[in-house]
Amino acid sequence: MHIFEAIWTSFIASAGFGILFNVPRKAVIPGGICGMIGWLIFEGMSGNNQFDLVLATALASFVVAAISHLYARIYRMPVIIFSVAGIIPLVPGGGAYDTMRQLVENDYNEAIQLASQTFLISGAIAFGLVLAGTILPIILRSTRTVK
Amino acid sequence: MLQNGAETYRVEDTITRLAQNYGMKAAQVFVTPTAIILSLFEKGRTMDYTKIVRIVDRSTDLHVVVLVNDLSRKVASESLSLDTARKELKKIEKTPEAYPAWVQTLAAILVSGCFALMFQGNWRDFMPAMIAGGAGYVVFLVIKRYISVRFFSELLAAFVIGLVAKLAITSGMGSQLDKIIIGAVMPLVPGVLITNAVRDLMAGHLVSGISLGAEAMLTAFAIGTGIAFVIVTL
Repeated sequence: MHIFEAIWTSFIASAGFGILFNVPRKAVIPGGICGMIGWLIFEGMSGNNQFDLVLATALASFVVAAISHLYARIYRMPVIIFSVAGIIPLVPGGGAYDTMRQLVENDYNEAIQLASQTFLISGAIAFGLVLAGTILPIILRSTRTVK
Repeated sequence: MLQNGAETYRVEDTITRLAQNYGMKAAQVFVTPTAIILSLFEKGRTMDYTKIVRIVDRSTDLHVVVLVNDLSRKVASESLSLDTARKELKKIEKTPEAYPAWVQTLAAILVSGCFALMFQGNWRDFMPAMIAGGAGYVVFLVIKRYISVRFFSELLAAFVIGLVAKLAITSGMGSQLDKIIIGAVMPLVPGVLITNAVRDLMAGHLVSGISLGAEAMLTAFAIGTGIAFVIVTL
């Protein structure tokens, strides 16, 4: 997949999801940027099967959450406004679909395997979010006291 | 009031903050996706007030979350009177959706097309995914407005998506059925629910985490059933 294509598709997809979730108007573009960066990291890491999908997702969601925290500070809005749109490209929709498909076709072994991977990936997303949510305030606080 | 897609902890936080600002000595809040239980202890009294609020309808409208969040900040910093705060809340409740339905549909169309490309679809799948996604989302919105049976709108929307995708394949417009369906289904997928569920579980809100997870599972099953119906029968 071309890098250019990856950039604009992920940007539009994330920004569009911001609109679907009714985020305020000025938060649509930042949300798109969050999603774009997250997807680029994810694609870069998992593209040629260099890294595990779960690891790539965790790192990407961590970065997305970190950027969302910065945006939240700039725009004075809750973090979730930005992180929701940013995380959408990472959500294992394809995995969930494949799981259902295998279930329907009575291939339970394959379905369980895909289901556990999907579950792990969504766990990784949450892990990245929580990690960023706990670490960033600590870092920000410590830099403030150093100043 | 606040269950428009906000996280559990944010709701609890806001309520506690509000209670403290209006002179309550202590406030205990328990928030789940279906009900808020709160109990307030006023200074100079021996009994506390308890209130239970049931939440029947849940959707994702982050605009409302932002507005209420701002309001609670304002209460904290400027100490608004209880009446003005209540008026403001009423106003927020009445504000129409931030985006009209056609903008949302347009967004759904674009999202579907882009996701089909992102999941390694090729350019021939772009148009069918956009059409299927748009049709699916319109069906979703219309049915949600007129029929209040839960998960039914997702099921039918997924069915329409599957149908359109299948038609696109048989007419030679698209090449990969899977990619088209995945892209078109994305606007319906409960991604936020899943992530919020795992996050609530990790934060120790076990009850809300599990119930959110159950809701996400049922939604996913509804979508899966709709798609499966097309794949199996046609």
